[in-house]
Amino acid sequence: MKRYIAKRLLQFIPVLIGISILIFGIMRIVPGDVALSILIGDGSGTPDPAAYDRIRADLGLDKSYVAQYFDWIGGIFVGDWGDAIFKDKTVLGEIGDTFPLTFQLATITVIISLVIALPLGVLMAVRQNTWIDYVARILTIGGLALPNFFVAALMLLVMVLVFEWIPPIKPANFWDDPWTNFQQVIWAALALGYLLSAVVARMTRSALLEVLRQDYIRTAWAKGLAERTVVVRHALKNAFLPVVTIVGLQYAALIGGTVIMERFWNLPGLGHSLVEAIVRRDFPIVQGIVLMFSGIVLLANLIVDILYAWLDPRVRYG
Amino acid sequence: MAVQTGAMQSNSRVGEVLQGFWSWLVGFCKAQPLGGVGLFLVLAAVFLAIFGEWLAPGDPQKIDAVNTYASPEWTGGYILGSDSLGRDNLSRLMVGTRASISISVIAIFFGSLAGFLMGLISGYYADWRDSIIQRAVDIVMSIPTLVLALAIVATAGQSERNVIIAIAVIQIPNVARVVRSVVLSVREMEFIQAIRAVGASDLRILIRHIAPQTFAPVMIVVTSFLGLAIIIEASLSFLGLGVPPPNPSWGAMVAENATATVFNRAPWNAVFPGLALTLTVFGFNLLGDALRDTLDPRLRRG
Repeated sequence: MKRYIAKRLLQFIPVLIGISILIFGIMRIVPGDVALSILIGDGSGTPDPAAYDRIRADLGLDKSYVAQYFDWIGGIFVGDWGDAIFKDKTVLGEIGDTFPLTFQLATITVIISLVIALPLGVLMAVRQNTWIDYVARILTIGGLALPNFFVAALMLLVMVLVFEWIPPIKPANFWDDPWTNFQQVIWAALALGYLLSAVVARMTRSALLEVLRQDYIRTAWAKGLAERTVVVRHALKNAFLPVVTIVGLQYAALIGGTVIMERFWNLPGLGHSLVEAIVRRDFPIVQGIVLMFSGIVLLANLIVDILYAWLDPRVRYG
Repeated sequence: MAVQTGAMQSNSRVGEVLQGFWSWLVGFCKAQPLGGVGLFLVLAAVFLAIFGEWLAPGDPQKIDAVNTYASPEWTGGYILGSDSLGRDNLSRLMVGTRASISISVIAIFFGSLAGFLMGLISGYYADWRDSIIQRAVDIVMSIPTLVLALAIVATAGQSERNVIIAIAVIQIPNVARVVRSVVLSVREMEFIQAIRAVGASDLRILIRHIAPQTFAPVMIVVTSFLGLAIIIEASLSFLGLGVPPPNPSWGAMVAENATATVFNRAPWNAVFPGLALTLTVFGFNLLGDALRDTLDPRLRRG
């Protein structure tokens, strides 16, 4: 198992290199000139050529693209991910400040969705083709069609019109003020968790249905076991594999969702910072955050594969 | 005389094809009632996307400073109300269909075409071409979809064309993977060996004999990702990086009107575009599910 994990981590390297080249290339063909926009941002009407050259040199933009790329990559290994252009911060500092909130949001979202989806999926499978199943299926198909920002907008609508209350505006840290922080994050997590639970519930239903038709389940019934025991003790374990897979696969979509929710609820997370940096053309931050996001997706896939081996003893990795 | 007969024959040919299509359609709606509902919603959205600009009651860009936040009324001239600038919601909604539908459909078409060609090459020639394409697919797939789209649009500039490119790039790996896996299994079949033994060229084998086998799986991937493409387009607009304003788009309409201030004055302004979006995606998802059931032989019932 250890060898397998090490092998997989090694395989990340070419993919991460590819991603880094791709995102570096994308940010370098940006039409806007960063040096120029810094100068104009200063308010000096006509850019002074000497100052322009100085800023370009400061940012390393006067070097060749290849040299710039290796400067960036070399820095990543020694913990220097570059400096933000429009903030007095390093890229790592910005990621360190914003990552905890995104991580918290993603974690609560996954917990909410599992709490909703697993019982619902099991219920749908066990009561297949009853009204419970039909209602739940319509709800989940509807859930897949609801864009997360529309769900969030409807939540805000109800808050404003019915409860005449909106979440506290000033961002609060989880460690300093957990209650305020909870009031801010929970809505984003609910909007994302509802959508994720639609996907997971559908997968749980179809996986469990497949398992329930197998011979060993008929044996369990024939032994006279209670329905509860048959479903929970015998069937559910084997239905978990596809469910774990789908949660892992949804991780990339979940990160996209956190970007939108952080913008909508004004939460200072990675996604918020990413959109802000994209609009301002703050390329060191964009490069850093995209690399970070891709790393998270790769890690999530690895964790899914490890869980696989843990859940199913037949799966052996060499 | 000969020419005339030829024309008549081809006419009846077209009629036969149309009739065949019609009976398939009726059969499809009977076997998959939910798919029929989906088809109806999709056709309605496509109709609005094509003709919305002519059917809209007014100019979607016209600012009416006197009638801002008008309530929805049948007679007042603003059937679905007006927004913060007094622009007609109904007209904006109808014209906005074009942004949503045509961008997604065009993007998915080109993305699928590129992915299809890459999948064919990758699966047929299991050599360096396959490795390069597969690594590229891995890389694109490990960047979160929306983040990749954001980066592309931010780079290339905010325009309809660039939103299309962003969504197309995201679609490429989905189709490429499916096509590759089909080609890999078909390539080793005996009928392909036989055709090769007869002396057919690689190109002929690929286009005439392997490509048609991928039709059903590609159709499934295409329809199931159309709904997602519409959501991605709307999400980009919602973040202010989609179709450039003041052109109406559903995502931007939700974003503009989903604030506490607007909700207090005109709560419906964010609800209508959101509903339009949901219904359209719902339609594509239902249609996709039904097509999967009819096209995928493993799921065919009875």
